[in-house]
Amino acid sequence: MNWSPRTVLIAILMVGLAAVPMIADSIDEPFYTVMFSRMLILSIGAISLNLILGFGGMVSFGHAVYLGIGSYVVGIGTLHAIEDGVSWMANGFIHMGIAVAFSALTALIIGAISLRTRGVYFIMITLAFAQMFYFIAVGNDNYGGDDGLSLYTRSEFHELLDLSNDNTLYYINFIFLTVFLYFSHRLINSRFGMLIRGAKSNEKRMGTIGFPVYRYRLVAFVIAGAICGVAGVLSANQTDYVSPAVMHWTRSGDLIIMVVLGGMGTIFGPVIGAVAFLFLEEFLSGITEYWQIFFGPMLVLIAIFGQGGIDGILVRLDKWWQIKKST
Amino acid sequence: MNWILLLEQTLNGLQLGILLFLLAAGLTLIFGIMDLINLAHGSLYMMGAYFAATFTNWTESFFLGVLLTLPACMLFGILLEIIALRTLYTRSHLDQVLATFGLILFFNEFVRLLWGPIGLDIPLPDVLNGSVDLIFGIRYPAFRLVIIAAGILVALLLYLLVSRTKLGMLIRAGASNRQMVSALGVNINLLYTIVFGLGAALAGLAGLMAAPIMTVEIGMGEGILILTFVVIVIGGVGSIRGAFVAALLVGFIDTVGRSFLPDILELFVSNDVADTAAPAISSMLTYVLMALILAIRPQGLFPPKGV
Repeated sequence: MNWSPRTVLIAILMVGLAAVPMIADSIDEPFYTVMFSRMLILSIGAISLNLILGFGGMVSFGHAVYLGIGSYVVGIGTLHAIEDGVSWMANGFIHMGIAVAFSALTALIIGAISLRTRGVYFIMITLAFAQMFYFIAVGNDNYGGDDGLSLYTRSEFHELLDLSNDNTLYYINFIFLTVFLYFSHRLINSRFGMLIRGAKSNEKRMGTIGFPVYRYRLVAFVIAGAICGVAGVLSANQTDYVSPAVMHWTRSGDLIIMVVLGGMGTIFGPVIGAVAFLFLEEFLSGITEYWQIFFGPMLVLIAIFGQGGIDGILVRLDKWWQIKKST
Repeated sequence: MNWILLLEQTLNGLQLGILLFLLAAGLTLIFGIMDLINLAHGSLYMMGAYFAATFTNWTESFFLGVLLTLPACMLFGILLEIIALRTLYTRSHLDQVLATFGLILFFNEFVRLLWGPIGLDIPLPDVLNGSVDLIFGIRYPAFRLVIIAAGILVALLLYLLVSRTKLGMLIRAGASNRQMVSALGVNINLLYTIVFGLGAALAGLAGLMAAPIMTVEIGMGEGILILTFVVIVIGGVGSIRGAFVAALLVGFIDTVGRSFLPDILELFVSNDVADTAAPAISSMLTYVLMALILAIRPQGLFPPKGV
């Protein structure tokens, strides 16, 4: 194992995240558990987006749709479970299954159409499709319409787990996060991952070698959607509330910011980005109500100067460390 | 279904289409020539509306307000281009998305700080406030007719500008081969700034015309921006003619769909189902249209030549 500064810092981050509920309990500030729980969930969303955006070069501006789908599966399921007494509809395993299936199907349809196009078309189309789902949720008065749904209960895992405990939910989020981190590591280094990355750097060449780039990209798009659907299920349980705002287009923008801020096309980048983003939001909004007046120009600066995001800075730190060690 | 309503809704659709065209024309020019995807175009629309509200208030005349708003928007756009956007032309689309997304956040907050969180109203002068008798005894608001007429006039001027003038020739040349234009000794930076200012003025015009019929509020440009993206994608990115056709198509389908879909659905399913399903389906219509067109023609209806 190479203990470079970058590895150490990322390890500290992960250990720190694992210890949050204990620390929060010991200083009697359970609020921190909830805040960091949000970070974990958005990290999962950012990891899934990073698979297609960072590694695949597909700038999807509608990734929050799957957060919305996952959330609404929980919202609608628990609503029917309580109001109509259909008890299986509160089952967490079923929520997960349906959310993954629906997200994958939606990603398949959106991807099949948008992946036929390139560049700026792709950005606009994914954005437009996301907006379509947003309006469907707004127009659906049976399930709260614009106002959304408050959850009467969280997803139920019978005797196995009790999600109403925030610490339990935190560790479930944490386990999902580590599983998806490991999964994306394996996926990216597999033959499939090589292909996706190859198509990012030179699509024509990959096609000429004889790989069906479109099909591979579509599969990656569907995988990313399905993972983000899981994040949606967790998110609804975390906030006890589901509304169209979950899939508002600015949410998709937030996910992109997290990926870019943390470091595109790296395994831990999205986690770093999500944590940094929410810290920044918390910090700036504590200073002034008009915090976005600072956050907006910051994004412009990140876009212009911030090549490689925070992880890029860590990589440069590593290089400096190596030179210093060798002299 | 009655014919008077259909005609009214067609006019409403035309009017929405005109607003969409004004936004789409600027956006598609900016994309076609500078290769810049500008999410903050909706902010220019919003600024147009706020400028109009302020200037109308100062001068106590709607017409003077309009006269002041257009150059103000153009100046605002030019400043924005020089300060923030110029460096982004050579960058990846992702960087452009990120930076212009940041600009949206900034402008929304800026407007909240300057004008307050409450929406504004622009009172119309008496001349424009009434209704006009059309054929078949239909009465239609005068101001909406002015919007349609102004939009068509601008479309015509834009067509003449692009196809008949030297500036238009440079714009077309810039869209098909930027390096060559610049190699021939044209000041490409100046051309970019002019085009951006023109796009900003068009967006501002759309904003100021929308202001009296919708409320002037923070974030008003975002919904219409996404609809504008749909227009551009359908029409073919970079094509003004495509933007015009697609804008009218989207405006018509969106408006007429919303008002007639419940009736059409009731022919097939029960009233209850139709009433609940109609709002969701009608808001999907434009996107379904986009999906269909892209499935057949991924480059849009009028892909620009030579790109």
